[in-house]
Amino acid sequence: MTVEQIVFYVFATLTIVSALGVVTVRNSVQAVLCLVLTFFSAAVLWMLLEAEFLAVALVLVYVGAVMVLFLFVVMMLDVDFASLKQGFTRYVPLGILIAIGLLIGLYWVLRGELFGLEAMPEPAKHAADYSNVESLGMLLYTDYFYAFEIAGVILLVSIVAAISLTFRGRRERRGQSVPSQHRASKDERLHIIKMDAEVAQDDESETDDLEKAVGEKSGRTKGESS
Amino acid sequence: MSLTHYLMVSAILFSISVIGIVINRKNVITLLMCIELMLLAVNTNFIAFSRYLNDEVGQIFVFFILTVAAAEAAIGLAILVVLFRSNKDIDVEELRELKG
Repeated sequence: MTVEQIVFYVFATLTIVSALGVVTVRNSVQAVLCLVLTFFSAAVLWMLLEAEFLAVALVLVYVGAVMVLFLFVVMMLDVDFASLKQGFTRYVPLGILIAIGLLIGLYWVLRGELFGLEAMPEPAKHAADYSNVESLGMLLYTDYFYAFEIAGVILLVSIVAAISLTFRGRRERRGQSVPSQHRASKDERLHIIKMDAEVAQDDESETDDLEKAVGEKSGRTKGESS
Repeated sequence: MSLTHYLMVSAILFSISVIGIVINRKNVITLLMCIELMLLAVNTNFIAFSRYLNDEVGQIFVFFILTVAAAEAAIGLAILVVLFRSNKDIDVEELRELKG
């Protein structure tokens, strides 16, 4: 047995056992920690497949961010998790039946003749100076740049959605009330006032009025200042 | 290590998460975690094929799946928190307000 095989079997077993733990453990915090272990051992399998960047991203992004978020939520919610597990054993036979059917079907597809070493020989290892990050970056920033930008927009939308869903402060915002706009009638908005037309005055009297007004104003300011 | 080994590991992971979805009929958090497990199995498949077919586009695909899965987990947990505030419980079987 080579070292690679030993590493593969150890971490594949660890992945499967901890995944079983996620499904069966009663305590939700322990389930989340089992899931963290599953991600770690899956990252080792990805390392064996020479996907170094994604293995590191799985540990940093998934274990570092998403699983911590799960832990926060599990610890924040004051739920009686034991009662949620009631009726747990009722569906176990059904679940195992479905899983066995699924596994038989999948094994029939994945059996050795189709994907074994004869059909698909193991590719040569990459050279020592090969950089997985560099080759992924060359693809991502050229051919898949549009998809990359859309992924950024999706993340932005999810930030906005998550914050607006859980926001609890005052919602100070001004908006239209469409129903009240529709209910409004012409009488509420428009008043027609009847009044006499004003008679136009000649220019001289107007300038006189203006001078008088200015004089009054300056007199008032003088009085105030003294 | 042949491709079959990796594919079988991810097939077993996928089956375990299907079992989890079937037997955990009540806890929304466990359902979300089972979906994460399924995505992990799918990603492992993609990476194994990308290695054995010598095509790195599979890894690009995994990159985008990780992005969308992170967004999904964030929104799912936000919905879960809102659900807990309104119902004081996260039992799936209590969610029948839309039932006719």
